Amino acid sequence: MKLLYFAWLRARIGQGEEEFALPAGVCDVAGLLQYLQARGGRYAEALADLSVVKVAVNQDYVGRDHPVRDRDEVAIFPPVTGG
Amino acid sequence: MIRVQREDFDIGAELDRLAAGNHRIGGVASFVGLVRDRGDVSAMTLEHYPGMTEKKLVEIEAEANRRWPLDASLIVHRYGRLAPGDRIVLVATASPHREAALAACHFLIDWLKTDAPFWKSEETPQGERWVEKRAEDDEAREGWR
Repeated sequence: MKLLYFAWLRARIGQGEEEFALPAGVCDVAGLLQYLQARGGRYAEALADLSVVKVAVNQDYVGRDHPVRDRDEVAIFPPVTGG
Repeated sequence: MIRVQREDFDIGAELDRLAAGNHRIGGVASFVGLVRDRGDVSAMTLEHYPGMTEKKLVEIEAEANRRWPLDASLIVHRYGRLAPGDRIVLVATASPHREAALAACHFLIDWLKTDAPFWKSEETPQGERWVEKRAEDDEAREGWR
């Protein structure tokens, strides 16, 4: 799985992109966020408040119950502020 | 048409091109967004999600064309480091009569604000500051449902 981070989530995690082997038992967005939080350190700090965290799977906005698979591109970012 | 680019754009040339050769068009509406200095901003950097940005802008433009009878539409959005006063975004719509062009232009900028994956960070004397989402932007989007 390709994980992408943007804006202050990228800055806090310290990288914009990583290859990630989806662990057995993680099957949706909520589970993935929980797993990343549990890595601790920068991840726990960046993902402390999930109410300001948005997720896109394969470049579409998704909810927390959306499934994730090992070949997905998953992006994690704060609310958008363009325009 | 949509474009995501680092370079500036020429508003006059873009609007001329949008309506060129189509004499059904009776009006062109446009919105230009600029970098705003909120008192202590020396520069701003716009980050985006290459790939998803283009995909979302195409979807938003298609939705406007589904809702209104437009003859042409254009979204140009910049990324990278910009200074106060610099142009960020251009939305333009063309139709036989003004109502469709004006409404679609307003719709496009409202939806772009909430749906296009861009993020602004400001350079201030205190350091980098990420711009926060405004609740009004969500309300404006919902107003078009």
